[in-house]
Amino acid sequence: MEENSASLAGVAVSKSFGPVQVLYGIDLTLRSGEVHALIGENGAGKSTLMKVLCGYQGPTSGHLLLDGQRVVFHDSADAEHKGVVLIHQEFNLAEQLSVEANIFLGREMQAGALLDRRGMHDRSLQLLRELETEIDPRQLVADLSVPEKQMVEIAKALVRDARVLVMDEPTAVLTAKESEVLFKQIERLRQQGVAILYTSHKLDEVKSIANVVTVLRDGRHVITAPVSDMSVDQMATHMVGRDVSDLFPQKSVLAGSEIVLEVEHLSVPGRVFDASFALRRGEILGFAGLVGSGRTELMEGLVGLRHADGSIKINGAPIRIRSLRDASRHRLAYLTEDRKGHGLLLNMRMRPNLTLLGLDRFVHGLIDEKAEEKALEKAISDFDIRAGDRTVRVGNLSGGNQQKLLLAKTMLVEPDIVIIDEPTRGIDIGTKQQIYSFIDRLARSGKSVIVISSEMAEVIGLSHRVMVMKAGRIVGELEGRDIGEESIVRYAMGLAGSAAA
Amino acid sequence: MSNAVSDRIAAPRVRFKLSVLGPLLALLLLLILGALLNGNFLTLGNIMNVVARSASIGIIAIGATFVITSGGLDLSVGSMAAFTAGLMIIIMNALVPTLGTGWMVVVVGMLAGLLIGGGAGAANGLLVTAGRIEPFIVTLGTLGIFRALITFLANGGTLNLNFKVADVYSPIYSGNIAGIPVPIIVFAVIAIAAEIVLRRTKFGRHAAAIGSSEQVARYSAINVDRVRLMTYALQGALVGVATMLYVPRFGSANSSTAVLWELQAIAAVIIGGTMLKGGFGRIWGTVVGVIILELIGNILNLQSLISPYLNQAFQGAIIIVAVLLQRSKRAAD
Ligand SMILES: Nc1ncnc2c1ncn2[C@@H]1O[C@H](COP(=O)(O)OP(=O)(O)OP(=O)(O)O)[C@@H](O)[C@H]1O
Ligand SMILES: [Mg+2]
Repeated sequence: MEENSASLAGVAVSKSFGPVQVLYGIDLTLRSGEVHALIGENGAGKSTLMKVLCGYQGPTSGHLLLDGQRVVFHDSADAEHKGVVLIHQEFNLAEQLSVEANIFLGREMQAGALLDRRGMHDRSLQLLRELETEIDPRQLVADLSVPEKQMVEIAKALVRDARVLVMDEPTAVLTAKESEVLFKQIERLRQQGVAILYTSHKLDEVKSIANVVTVLRDGRHVITAPVSDMSVDQMATHMVGRDVSDLFPQKSVLAGSEIVLEVEHLSVPGRVFDASFALRRGEILGFAGLVGSGRTELMEGLVGLRHADGSIKINGAPIRIRSLRDASRHRLAYLTEDRKGHGLLLNMRMRPNLTLLGLDRFVHGLIDEKAEEKALEKAISDFDIRAGDRTVRVGNLSGGNQQKLLLAKTMLVEPDIVIIDEPTRGIDIGTKQQIYSFIDRLARSGKSVIVISSEMAEVIGLSHRVMVMKAGRIVGELEGRDIGEESIVRYAMGLAGSAAA
Repeated sequence: MSNAVSDRIAAPRVRFKLSVLGPLLALLLLLILGALLNGNFLTLGNIMNVVARSASIGIIAIGATFVITSGGLDLSVGSMAAFTAGLMIIIMNALVPTLGTGWMVVVVGMLAGLLIGGGAGAANGLLVTAGRIEPFIVTLGTLGIFRALITFLANGGTLNLNFKVADVYSPIYSGNIAGIPVPIIVFAVIAIAAEIVLRRTKFGRHAAAIGSSEQVARYSAINVDRVRLMTYALQGALVGVATMLYVPRFGSANSSTAVLWELQAIAAVIIGGTMLKGGFGRIWGTVVGVIILELIGNILNLQSLISPYLNQAFQGAIIIVAVLLQRSKRAAD
């Protein structure tokens, strides 16, 4: 018991936002040298519990114990000072400051009255190299990619000498390889005796790195058990309250080979080079590749969000797409991977967000708010959006529910061709199943879908055909039975490209 | 996934928020204070007078509500008003020989005011959108330019409207329709129309979306530049309308016409609860804000304890309190 002494514990923690109760009497104990995974559906209250544990929000009732002593964190700085550090689900970085300034933000090293810039630079560099990234500490955070920002967040926590480190979905934006690096760091910290709480919707990942798992459902504690006592399927069942073993629907059989979209020699200056592909009616076309391989840029070029050259045909007719409005006119829709930065107006309610893209459908002279409200009602039930209260600001929705709202927003314009960039980032397994079956139904109803995903299983499980990209070029195409993890990786890493040509 | 939707998502409830009630409360307090200080304060005549006098700035502030809601800023409205007034007077005076001194001249002058204002606003908008320059910089620049132009046009002195034309024009400011002063009617009609435009039209919704996040707006197929341009052009046109009411009031324009109106307009917008960083706007709040600012001056004039010279100090204090209230609103939810 000695070496396993409790580091941080929540005792009967409840939390309400106004009349909406989010957590119900949760008990949770984090022990030094232990990786504790917190899992649950979107909106189950994981992030909220983490914020309460780390002083970002006070509990409505219940209390915290730090090393067995009752403790009240006045704010997050107080918690950090006591060694309890949270890495947010949403980034908490100052975009216009350099990486090193961010890492040391609030605990700058001093050399006399001045900042010890050299010392901070060297330490930042060291940390970043330990995290196996090539980030230059002098770069602006605004110029970093999403996974790079995550690495900076992790470096920031490491510099704070956390005794208790809480991570909210750290791997949601990382590729498998980047996640591996993170897990190495987690293991290192665990061996140093840090208590770690972490959440993820990737259950196999939980299975491999956690020691203990706690499941939350609808704000209530379901079970806490050693990870060795629970299979991935059992975890999923506890989370969702039903069996979710058939994650992917049976792939539909493509009836004809009618081509609805034909892209030829599309180039986005500096990003995408000479990409050509075709999309058939009722087809789900996957785009695989490493992060940074140009998949998003290709699609943004296609729908007019970036300048692009090349030829595009829809239903055989050559068209020009200069802006997203042109794309919409041709019933082509793009769902961004960056739901917070590009997808949703976080300080507004669900209704204006839902109808923003398809507002024309609600304008008869004036905006018909009743019709909007009806559409929202329908979206909430169609996409199973869970929010405490319909007037909640979208920024306060849980990540998964934001994703569902974004999906609802895009589908409201009834596109014939939908490009979905990372459809299930940060989404729980039950909802994933719903989204996969939604994509499948979409294709069966004669629409065509392009899915970009960094999750290999997703591309493999959904697609009729897969295009693999590498360094801005399409380097491989796989169909039917040939679609597999190994074949995709070979193309993505450039092992198969020359052999096939 | 099992419970019914209705269990999970409660219907919207009516909530009374300080941020909504704040401006109204302040207005009420001022009315009570005024009534206590002076028996003549709460007379219909005095109140109508206050509102009529605030109409010009109020109409400009309504335009500013659109600009600020979409995440922009227009500092040039005061000098734009002076410049527009100056040009209107020059044009009307120049037309007297051909059109005489009747209504015709006045109508042409008013139309010119609308066009000049709208054009000046569109120029601001083009510099911001096509020129990709910060609105603060653009409108700080045009603030100087318009102010210099009116000084230049007036040759350092004052431009006076032809006396006869001024007589014909005067009812636009001092006249009544069914007992209500014309400026109040114009102000009210514009405010109601603006509230509808901001809340219930595509343009209004898009303006708020852009102010909330330009990127999200772009990814939602909104023509960001066009909507922005329209907010500045609308602001300019409303400066034109405000000037139409201003010219018959004084019949002249000079280099100190409408000085600091931009600050009054922005102050009214903020007091009314519109977010300075964009994304949310409220026309009725702006109207209340303008009236509050005008009432402070009126009350200071009606009493003798506090020097009316402190007027601006009170206005300043109210703005700071209003922003504090906005912040407590954000912290609360
Ligand atoms: N500040 C807030 N005001 C109102 N409701 C809130 C607020 N913060 C969270 N909620 C609500 O609390 C619930 C739990 O949210 P939370 O973010 O903790 O979920 P989560 O388990 O982290 O989900 P996800 O896996 O999607 O990240 C959600 O219904 C959310 O809408
Ligand atoms: Mg969360």
